[in-house]
Amino acid sequence: MSSDAAFLRVLRSAVDQICALAGFSKMDSSKIVLAVDEACSNVIRHAYKNKPGKPIVVTCHILPTKLEITLTDQGEAAEISSIQPRALDDVRPGGLGVHIIRTVMDEVQYENLAAVGNRLVMCKYLPKENRS
Amino acid sequence: MSVEIRTVQRGSMVLVEVCGEVDLYTSPQLRAEILKMAAGKNLSLMVNLECVTYMDSSGVATLVEALQHVNRNGGRMVLFGLQAEVKEIFELTRLDKVFDIRSNFETAMKWVTA
Repeated sequence: MSSDAAFLRVLRSAVDQICALAGFSKMDSSKIVLAVDEACSNVIRHAYKNKPGKPIVVTCHILPTKLEITLTDQGEAAEISSIQPRALDDVRPGGLGVHIIRTVMDEVQYENLAAVGNRLVMCKYLPKENRS
Repeated sequence: MSVEIRTVQRGSMVLVEVCGEVDLYTSPQLRAEILKMAAGKNLSLMVNLECVTYMDSSGVATLVEALQHVNRNGGRMVLFGLQAEVKEIFELTRLDKVFDIRSNFETAMKWVTA
């Protein structure tokens, strides 16, 4: 997708349908959709500094035991150690996306890609009855 | 835009009705409207989220900002009518403990007038 926030709803719709195919409940699907939306919003805001028209590649794989979602961008490489959830006791606007991603998903891995770009791999374990 | 916002003011009582999806794209519109209303002194700001089908952290951040403005101006703010998926983000971020959240207009009104 393009790094334009107007496309986020299209991405959410696609991820929601993939979650249903993977066998997640409606509530779990909505949480996964939220986590992916937050991750993509972070790419738009931080990696691309709100510049539209830049590529964000989102791939979803339903694996035997988990749903794996990968976001790859060509924006400013993030300092991995700086991607941390903030303390929730500090009530202020913003900075909640990383907390949501880490709370909702079972595995979260950020990587720098050479000189530019970032990759985020997030996994959610499938419901037991849907694992093969 | 996939969000619609309607505001009604009667004296110190302000009702903000939000409909649609609140995300990075639409939250600036909500922010502009709600902060305009939150600027008044000693207001009771009621935010109807019954028709909100999706909210991300930028939407929640906007509501946190409005709450801070309202509190600073000596007023109070209540949210009501949250759908399960919207309630979830408040629980995930523990902001359900920060906001006054009521199930519907009647219970929100009772809280405001108590």
